[in-house]
Amino acid sequence: MFKYYMQLGLRSLRRNPMLTALMVMAIGFGVASSMTMYTVFRAMSGDPIPWKSDKLFFPQIDAWGPNPRQNGNEPADAMTYVDAVSLMRDHRAHLQSALYPIAPTVHSDDPTQKSRTAPGQAVYSEFFPMLDVPFLYGGGWTGADDEQHARVAVISKNLNQRLFGGTNSVGQSIQLDSRSYRVSGVLDDWHPQPKFYDLATTDAFGPADQVFLPFTTATDAQLATKSGFLCINLPGPGYAAVLNSSCVWIGYMVELDTSSQVSAYHTYLEGYAHEQQASGRFGWAPNNRLRDLPAWLDFGQVVPAQTKISFVVALCLLLVCMVNTVGLLLAKFLRRSGEIGVRRALGASRLAIAAQFGVEAGMIGVTGGLLGLMLTWLGIQVMHGSLPRQIAALAHINLLLLWQTLLLAIVATVLAALYPIWRATYVRPSLQLKED
Amino acid sequence: MSIHPILSALRRHKTGTILIALQIALTLAIVCNALFIIRTQFEKMGRPTGLDEHNLLMVATTQSGIDSSTDAGKATLDASIRADLTALRQLPDVIDAYEARSLPLSGGLWGLGLRLMPSGAYGSHTTYFHADEHTLATLGLRLVAGRNFRSDEIGEDDDFGVLQPAVIIVSQHLADSLFPRGDALGKQIYFTSATKPSTIVGIVERMQTSSTYSGTDSRTWNTTLVPLRLVTPSRHYVVRTRPGRVAAAMQSVPVALYAQDPQRVIPDGSGGDDAGVRSFAQIRAKAYQGDRTLAMLMGVISIILLAVTAAGIAGLSSFWVGQRRRQIGVRRALGATSRDIARYFLIENALISTAGVVVGIVLAYEFNNWLMGKFELTRLSPAYVMVGVVLLFLLSQCAALAPALRAARIAPVEAIRSS
Repeated sequence: MFKYYMQLGLRSLRRNPMLTALMVMAIGFGVASSMTMYTVFRAMSGDPIPWKSDKLFFPQIDAWGPNPRQNGNEPADAMTYVDAVSLMRDHRAHLQSALYPIAPTVHSDDPTQKSRTAPGQAVYSEFFPMLDVPFLYGGGWTGADDEQHARVAVISKNLNQRLFGGTNSVGQSIQLDSRSYRVSGVLDDWHPQPKFYDLATTDAFGPADQVFLPFTTATDAQLATKSGFLCINLPGPGYAAVLNSSCVWIGYMVELDTSSQVSAYHTYLEGYAHEQQASGRFGWAPNNRLRDLPAWLDFGQVVPAQTKISFVVALCLLLVCMVNTVGLLLAKFLRRSGEIGVRRALGASRLAIAAQFGVEAGMIGVTGGLLGLMLTWLGIQVMHGSLPRQIAALAHINLLLLWQTLLLAIVATVLAALYPIWRATYVRPSLQLKED
Repeated sequence: MSIHPILSALRRHKTGTILIALQIALTLAIVCNALFIIRTQFEKMGRPTGLDEHNLLMVATTQSGIDSSTDAGKATLDASIRADLTALRQLPDVIDAYEARSLPLSGGLWGLGLRLMPSGAYGSHTTYFHADEHTLATLGLRLVAGRNFRSDEIGEDDDFGVLQPAVIIVSQHLADSLFPRGDALGKQIYFTSATKPSTIVGIVERMQTSSTYSGTDSRTWNTTLVPLRLVTPSRHYVVRTRPGRVAAAMQSVPVALYAQDPQRVIPDGSGGDDAGVRSFAQIRAKAYQGDRTLAMLMGVISIILLAVTAAGIAGLSSFWVGQRRRQIGVRRALGATSRDIARYFLIENALISTAGVVVGIVLAYEFNNWLMGKFELTRLSPAYVMVGVVLLFLLSQCAALAPALRAARIAPVEAIRSS
């Protein structure tokens, strides 16, 4: 029966090639624009660590109080050095790390190689197990290294390739700025995007970090943050004044595995802020936040408004294309009222009529989907030229996208066909036979 | 011709009529918002920065091995900056150069609060740029009042501590917002946490802030030049080249800097964020990349939308013509001219379009409201709705024209021909 309906459908579609082409093109363009924008949107809104995103939390402590820069009643998204170090000392979560972005200059022993600046992070030892960071050689440093401000470093696979030709460099030393550090581990490929651990201060889609140093060692070396440093009052001269200031520039994250741990941490933050208020450091009531990773990405507005607008408008385009298809299918189906009347009179059930036209709509959907696939491919090529490189690299075509595009086209067409099919099944055979 | 028969005919094609009207309404709502967004983006991208943007380039460089926290280290750094600048200014392609941390549109925003008294609330705020006596000439900023910095006024900034230079140059916008009576020159202001005042010695016509995300006018145009040279290992040089020599200078500038210090770092990426040497054209393109992409997408989507809608109207109209061949034949046989028949279909289309457009205007504002709530867009101006209305009405008529003409060609004999 299915095959017969296919033949009927094919014949009907061929009988009116203009109308068929119009429908296929409407579905194709509608689906392609939505899928192109969806690909970009998905690239930017992906979960960078899906197996753990509900366990990672980002505490915020209001170190400024009410001030004109405030966004509503929200505390700043970064922390002061004082608060970050206090929280590390109290160590109330299973795993936690304060961090800030650095950009030391890497010197090579090989005189033919130019020195380069390497993007990196100053973190605590628990950063690596907390984020399940994969290691190729060695591992992170220890808590004792944190306390002793040890000169150790974790480097990326890429940097290891450049400095040591990809060999196991654990125990070797590297030159950063004018100091030497012992390599404790080499990362495997690791470049989560958006770079969620560093949202407070930098670009969500920056280059991969290549050097990780102990936070304590980095502040010893007076390494400055390479990005956001926000103050409501400026500190006096010198690095020590920066550390003691109310300027916010440190990111902070904790791992909390159960809801009771989450509420306990909430209580702890509340208590900490109360203590600060009691000691006179904060002149305002506690105003803390403890967002999990999805909420943090949303708060950090990782997906720019422009991408969201484009996605919404592309979906609207698909809607119009569907309305268009409803009209055209209706015209097409009802034009064949005579044929329907004959089939009904010869004993075809309503269901059979519905199946016949459903198959015909499905064929339009598949063809529209194939056209949509080509146009989506074209759309993504065009988008690659107009997106920042890091995001363009994420917005790629994969098998899943192919299936999604086809599926969307078929679902959209069948949805659009529901009403025309319903009308077709209610064509009264007697009336049609009489008229003809 | 009375529209009564048309209306009663439409009543018999309720669904098709509603579908076309709905499609016109949705298309109108989306297209006028899209046009409005495009216009907004172009206005944003078209704003002049106040700089003479041709023949400007910026180069990033980092020196290491110098401890900038000691006085000896600072002296070394300062000497090397001076040597770099001297070397740059002697290049044949270069007219002038100075050291900067950021430029308009270059990203990275350094801002300060401002007040007219050493205490109390900060009434205003400004983006500040490091500058020396070469800055105005290098950037091509137009001084409208007062004077340039003198070389003996240029101090050092190690990026720590409070900023309180004795003299500053401000943008006209900032001057007017602080001193609306137009007497800003010679007045004193206090920056964040400053105890010493800074005197306004010059006013430049216009200078944009370094970020394109600054929503308000005051965030965008309140800018200040401070007479400070940044003495830190990581820095930028801004270079004005001879006319048409930007490309050549982008090659010769890094070579000259490496000659001064082979150990320094100039990132060698090109075009993107990680590029060490960027022309101002590249900086501008990068700054507005998202806005340009949005405008392009809105344009493409609008064109597809209009094409799909026109095709849909043409398709349904010709279906109706086909369906009514016999009635048309009867009317022709009863004396209607072919012109009457064509007019009938065009008026029918006009009636449907009118209904669609009316609903579309409401939808356009609803959609605009929703966008405003979510994305900080401004209110849709009625002009765009009017343009959209005319555009869609004409589009709809054009789409119906071919089927209407085909209807007009139907011969009276169709009245008696069996389908």
